Amino acid sequence: MHRKIRELILKCANTSKASHVGSALSIVEILEALYFNVANINKDNYNNASRDRIILSKGHGSLALYVTLALKNIIPLTSLDKYLVDGGVLPCHIDMNSANGLEASTGSLGHGLGIAEGFALSNRLKNIHSRIFVIVGDGEFQEGSILEALNSIGSLNLNEITVILDNNKFQASAATKDVADIDNYEKIFSAFGFDVQSVDGHDVDLLIKALNKKSQKPIAIIANTLKGKGFSFMEDTLQSHYMKIDDEKLKQGMSELEVVLS
Amino acid sequence: MRMVFANTLIKLAEEDERICIITPDMGYGILDNFQKLFPNRYFNLGITEQNCMSVASGMALNGLKPYVYSIIPFVVHRCLEQIRVDVSYMNTDVKIIGVGSGFEYGAAGATHHGTEDMAMIRALPNMTICAPGDNYEMEEIAKLTAKTSVPTYIRIGRHNHGILNHNKIEIGKASIIQEGKDIALIATGNMLPVAYDFAQELKKQGYLPMLVSMHTIKPIDKELIVNLIDNKYKIYTFEEHTIIGGLGSAVSEIIAESGKGVEFKRIGINDEYSHIVGSAQYIREQFKLDLKGVIEQCC
Repeated sequence: MHRKIRELILKCANTSKASHVGSALSIVEILEALYFNVANINKDNYNNASRDRIILSKGHGSLALYVTLALKNIIPLTSLDKYLVDGGVLPCHIDMNSANGLEASTGSLGHGLGIAEGFALSNRLKNIHSRIFVIVGDGEFQEGSILEALNSIGSLNLNEITVILDNNKFQASAATKDVADIDNYEKIFSAFGFDVQSVDGHDVDLLIKALNKKSQKPIAIIANTLKGKGFSFMEDTLQSHYMKIDDEKLKQGMSELEVVLS
Repeated sequence: MRMVFANTLIKLAEEDERICIITPDMGYGILDNFQKLFPNRYFNLGITEQNCMSVASGMALNGLKPYVYSIIPFVVHRCLEQIRVDVSYMNTDVKIIGVGSGFEYGAAGATHHGTEDMAMIRALPNMTICAPGDNYEMEEIAKLTAKTSVPTYIRIGRHNHGILNHNKIEIGKASIIQEGKDIALIATGNMLPVAYDFAQELKKQGYLPMLVSMHTIKPIDKELIVNLIDNKYKIYTFEEHTIIGGLGSAVSEIIAESGKGVEFKRIGINDEYSHIVGSAQYIREQFKLDLKGVIEQCC
């Protein structure tokens, strides 16, 4: 499935000439594990109160989410043609009103955890037992509101919340370590009362195992990923954040995918 | 006025189990009864204003009616971007309760003064803004806004005022407190009693000013203002807020676009912070927002 997701991401990025492609490519396996294996969310229940919820707090990775929702038949596959083109439907940063299955409008960083906490607290009042997953970027982790939310979620021990940190090691303008050198996210999450695991964020089976772990505490998964994963001209590079996918790159990308596929 | 709000909310919460309170550690002595009666619906989430606003948005998306309560600069300015995205842009049913409008927290200093909040929230689409001028307006606005599902900012004062408004209140419709001719005094929030006293002074001088309580700043009652313009009233606005972006600005926009000139003056805070040490009343006097100062500015 992740190969299909990557193929569609690259095609949409080519049509729209959009940026943030590298940020979408690093979360492909995370989304596959969540939407196709772990979370109770599908085309029939995406409006039900009891559904699991997935919030892409790093809203600039939206393209990966749109593609995944299309492959889950929650939004039509044809809507991908309307990603970030004039008069289109799906915007660069997520507008929850633009399509089905979008839990919150994100794009401004550091909002998703608080919204997840609101979902959790209200679910408890309504006696609904479902899980809430939030995907946060490692650059996003610099936002002060992240600290506020972790402190609060940990203090209230909202163990229905699972935070997945997309540790792709680059932000918009620099390597993350050159801006905020946090070499131990585990310690930070632990200190706030989370049950922390660290996994290869491109290994779907390991992600599923980590996501399915039963815990009395809120869960944090440090998903070690590569920005621009899957394509030689983007993988593990800062440039993949703003790189545009021209026809030549699309051709090369498809060829690389076919190599992988064969 | 805070207690009127808190007591009214308790009555509303008895009828509507969706109502809950989120506070970033404010409301000591004010929200205690709500906490006692509805412990499951009272959330002190710690001194985390940004997170509180996002949590409120998540609750509202999930069908609850959260009220976020704090002192104005903390519940508006500190988390303005969360209000913009999670409340205004996402159009969530979050009620923001800002206490200490204007110089109410006088002695606490400018960090605690609520003097630019209406300007900030007015610029955000989907928002309703209410600023009650007496306890009757406070109670009615609390009741009426609880029935709506739109994001709303309620800006309230700290001390008790006498009842001035005896009309039926409607959100978005100004209340005429006193009919008059030629001169219209339009006041909001803490300035309503001052404008009322000023109106009595003008009466002594032989004028008959109309007194209007503009308890809803957004949407503003355009019809009433256009009517005043058409009838060539001299218009004064009174707000304990910067004259940029609040009531005075809202009224002046309508005057400017009417194409009809009328005499007009904004009474408020003239684009500055208070660096004055002293009580709310003392600061108001220095800013000429007490009766004496208003007479000096207007006459």
